[in-house]
Amino acid sequence: METLDLARLQFALTAGAHFLFVALTLGLATVVAVLQTRATLSPTPARTRMTRFWGQLYVTNYAMGIVTGLVMEFQFGLSWSGLTHFAGNVFGASLAMETLVAFFIESTFLGLWIFGWDRLNRWAHLAAIWVVTLTAYASAYWILVSNGFLQNPVGYEVVGDSLRLTDVWAVLSNPNTIMAFWHVLTGALVTAGFFLAGVSAYHLLRRTRDTEFFTGSLRIGVFTGAPALLASAMTGGIQLGELATTQPMKPKLLGGDAAKLAQVNAQLVERFGPGDYLPPADWARAGGLVMLITFALLFNLGWFSVLMAFSKRVVQRFRLWHLALVLAIPLPFLAMIAGWVYREVGRQPWVVYGLLRTSDAVSPVSAGQMRASLIAFTVLFGLLIAVNTALLARQAKRGPDAVALGRPAAEYRPAPLPAATY
Amino acid sequence: MELVAAGLLAFFAIGYFVLGGADIGLGALLPFLGRTPAERRLVITGIAPVFLGNEVWLVATAGVLVGAFPDLEGKLLTEHFPAVVALLLGWVVRDAGLWLRHQFDRRAWQGLCDTAVTLGSWTVALAWGWVFSGLLTGAANPIIGVAVALLFAVHGLAFAALRLSGRSRERAAWLSGPLTEFRMFVLTAAVMALLCFAVGFRLPLVDSAADPATLKLLVPTLLVITPVLVLAQVWMWRLFRHRAERPMYL
Repeated sequence: METLDLARLQFALTAGAHFLFVALTLGLATVVAVLQTRATLSPTPARTRMTRFWGQLYVTNYAMGIVTGLVMEFQFGLSWSGLTHFAGNVFGASLAMETLVAFFIESTFLGLWIFGWDRLNRWAHLAAIWVVTLTAYASAYWILVSNGFLQNPVGYEVVGDSLRLTDVWAVLSNPNTIMAFWHVLTGALVTAGFFLAGVSAYHLLRRTRDTEFFTGSLRIGVFTGAPALLASAMTGGIQLGELATTQPMKPKLLGGDAAKLAQVNAQLVERFGPGDYLPPADWARAGGLVMLITFALLFNLGWFSVLMAFSKRVVQRFRLWHLALVLAIPLPFLAMIAGWVYREVGRQPWVVYGLLRTSDAVSPVSAGQMRASLIAFTVLFGLLIAVNTALLARQAKRGPDAVALGRPAAEYRPAPLPAATY
Repeated sequence: MELVAAGLLAFFAIGYFVLGGADIGLGALLPFLGRTPAERRLVITGIAPVFLGNEVWLVATAGVLVGAFPDLEGKLLTEHFPAVVALLLGWVVRDAGLWLRHQFDRRAWQGLCDTAVTLGSWTVALAWGWVFSGLLTGAANPIIGVAVALLFAVHGLAFAALRLSGRSRERAAWLSGPLTEFRMFVLTAAVMALLCFAVGFRLPLVDSAADPATLKLLVPTLLVITPVLVLAQVWMWRLFRHRAERPMYL
C-alpha cells in the first residue's frame, strides 16, 4: 500500500479507537454528574455508592479515551500536513480552541475530581465533575467545528494555495457542526444509558446482592437511553435531509443504485470539474446500513424497556429481558462507529469538501515510516481496547463493594484484594 | 500579534517541560527511587494526582502551534515523523501503565505496569532529545539526544526530592547537595526553560504564523482563557502540594 492508503487506514483506526471510548465517556460523565448532584443535595450511603460505582467505570474508560485522544491530536500534523497547510487558518484555530478551552480544563479538573475525593469539600468536588462534563461537551463541540468545516466548508475565501477566515460566526454556527454535535451527544447518552441498563441487568440476572442498587441503576439507564435514542434519530434524520444540497452523493450511497450514483457523479463533474467523485461505496453503504439496523434493534428494545421499567417487580424478575439488555450493551458502540464510518467515508474523495482532495492532503512521509507507525499504533490500541473491555467487565461484575475510586484513605489495606472470580 | 502568539507558545511549552518534564523524569527513575513494592507505590502516588494536569500542557502547546502556526505544525511533525511517533507511543504506554497499575494487586502485573511507566518515560525523554537535537543542529545527534533525556531524569530527581518521603526522598536528595530541595528544582526547571528558548528561537515562528484574520480572533481569546487555565492549575497544585506519604487511587 502507498503512504496515502496507510495514512487513511491509520487515521481511521486511531479515530475509531478514540471514538469508541468517547462514546461512553461523554454519556457516562453526564450520568455520574447527575448522580453526584443527587448524592450531594441529599446524601445517603446508597447514593454515594452509586456515584462511586459508576464513577469508577467512567474513570477506567476515560483513561483510555485520553491516551487515544493524545494520538489523535497529533495525527493532523503527522499524516496530513497538506490539510494544515491548506485549511490551517480556519481548521487549526478550532483545534487550538478545543485544546485550550476544553481539553486543558477537563484534564486538570478530572485530576481534581479523582484524587481530590476526600480532600475537597463536597460542593467543590461536585463542581469539579460538572466542569469535567461541561468541558467534555465543549471539546465535542470544538472538534465538530473542525470536522463540520471539513464536511461543509463555510466562512472562508481561497487565497493562493490556502484558505483565509472571513466569517467566524458562519464557522461556529455551521449547521453541519451543530447537528452533528447534538447527534454525538445524544448518541453518547444512548451508549451510557444502555451501558447502565445492561450492567444492572447482569446483576439482576445473576441475583447478586445489590438488588435495590441495580434496580435503581437499570431504571436510570432505561429512562436515559430511550429518550436519547429518539433525539439521536431526529438529529440523524435532519442531517440526512441536509445532505441533499451539501453532499448529494452521501444519501444515495444508502440505496446503492449504480445508475443513481452515476447520475450524481455527473452532477458533481459539472460542479467541480472532471473526475470521479464516487466514495468507496461499499464501505459507506455498510456503515449506513449497520447504523440503521442497530438503531432499529435498540429502538424496539428501548420502548419495550421503558414500559417494563415502571414495575419494580418486573425490573427485578424478568430474566429474558435482563439477558436482552446485557446483550444490547455493545449495540450503541456499533451504531456510533458505523454512523461515523458512513459520515467520513461518504464524503470521500474530499478531505475539505469540494476544496481539497484527501490525496492532496497527505504528508510527504515514506510508505515504510507510515506502515511502521500504523503497525505500532494498531497493536497498542488493540491491546488497550482489549484491556479496557476486560477491566470494565471485571469492575462491572464485581459490583459496588470493590470500588477503589473515592475509597477513604484509611481503608487502603496492605493485604491483597481477593482474587477476581471470572 | 505573531509575537504574542509566539509568547503563548513559549508559555505552554515551558509549562510542559517544567511540570510534565518533572513527572516524566520521576517516572523514568521509578526503579531507582522505589526499591520495594511499597516504595514504588509511593513513587506512583508522587505522580498520580498531577500527571493529568501536567501532560495537558503539551496538548495546549500543540493546540497553540496548530492554531497560530498551522504550517509550521505540519512541517515540524512531518519532518520529525519517527521521533514524534516514538514520543506518542512512549506517552501512551506510560499513561496506560499509570492508569492500569492499581487494577490488579498482583506482583507480576504491577511489575509489568512499572516497566511500562519506566520505559515509556525514557522513550518520551529520548524522543524529545531526538526532536531537539534535530532542531538545534539540523540533524539527529545522539549525544545531544541523550543529554536532553538525562536532563529530564535530573529534573525528575529534583522533583522527587520535593514530592516523595522516606527512603525514596533520601535517594533523591543527594542531588541537591548544599542547595535546598526547592532551589535545586528551580535550577533544573530553569535549565528546561532555557532549552525551550534555545529551540524556540530557531523556529521560523513569525514567518509561518497564521493569517492575520485568524490571529486577530485566536490570540485575544487565548489571552483571556490562559489566566483561567493557570488558576485551575494553581488550585490543583495547592490541593496536591503534600509529599506522597500514603497511597492514593492509582
